[in-house]
Amino acid sequence: MTRIVELRAGVLKKNDELARALRSRMQQAGVFTVNLVSSPGTGKTEFLKQTLIALREQGYRVAALVGDLETENDANRLAESGAPVRQILTHGLCHLEAAMIGDHLEGWALDALDFLFIENVGNLVCPSSYDLGEALRVVLLSVTEGEDKPRKYPTIFNSADLAIVTKMDLAAACEFDADAATASIHSVRPGLPILWTSARRGTGMSEWLELLATRRDATRTVAAG
Amino acid sequence: MHELSIAHGIVDTVSTALGDTPGVVRDVSIAVGALSGVVPDALHFCFEIATADTRLSGATLSIEQVPVAIWCPTCAAVVEPPPPLSFRCPVCNTVSGDVRRGRELDVLSYTFDDEPALEGA
Repeated sequence: MTRIVELRAGVLKKNDELARALRSRMQQAGVFTVNLVSSPGTGKTEFLKQTLIALREQGYRVAALVGDLETENDANRLAESGAPVRQILTHGLCHLEAAMIGDHLEGWALDALDFLFIENVGNLVCPSSYDLGEALRVVLLSVTEGEDKPRKYPTIFNSADLAIVTKMDLAAACEFDADAATASIHSVRPGLPILWTSARRGTGMSEWLELLATRRDATRTVAAG
Repeated sequence: MHELSIAHGIVDTVSTALGDTPGVVRDVSIAVGALSGVVPDALHFCFEIATADTRLSGATLSIEQVPVAIWCPTCAAVVEPPPPLSFRCPVCNTVSGDVRRGRELDVLSYTFDDEPALEGA
């Protein structure tokens, strides 16, 4: 006999459950977790390295996980900041999943951290489907990529909490049109906050650091209340 | 291309639901939202690979595509902006980021025959 069984179950339920558990673990430990997503070459690693350096100078305790298909190059670069860093090698997989985050946190005392950054695999498609338990999902876009990229990859921009435009020091040379980029971002995610930065020059970094501190405080207030 | 991971997720979900129930799975029906980040064609291709040597081997995959629907505060209604992807109310042009449908990635149901032995007879 042929039977039809109704399920109505999320395909990524397993990942979503792990992510939810991670999120509450982080909140209890008082760690504010940030997931950085972009295309390859947007400058995630340099941006994150400067962020780690600046936060450490302000007395925050920070750590980072970085995902790549192969090599430990990015972990080595990030470790120059002095922060503890672990590389997640996906060996071909195009995105990070919540289970990989859990595995790579082993041995780290989370309550001794204020911020945890996760640098996702450079990819604007696949990471959008995978919740990593982050408190803030940041999508980065460099001025060299073209203002219409958000329209081409709407899903990731739509799922982000914040957009960061990188390499603003190259904006003039690229004839980058900030108004067009804003319109493009807001066409796929109306009202998404945008920060304009250059990690190399320090442009926009104080605004970013302030935003991180504010968001972290807000999460802690909620957790305490 | 994360559709293979998604296809494995579908196989896991249905296999878990099946448990020890004997039978052959004929079809799996899923909902894929326009904002789910999943490409239906790629998923069809990966589904065949992911189901090989499982209890879902040979099953078809039916995909129901769910368009984006937003809450329009001006019209006080859920509206569906026509393609290409936009978040602008088709009635009054208000832009809204309040997405009500389109992020789905769900197994809706599966169809199975619980007396497979009769087939070859």
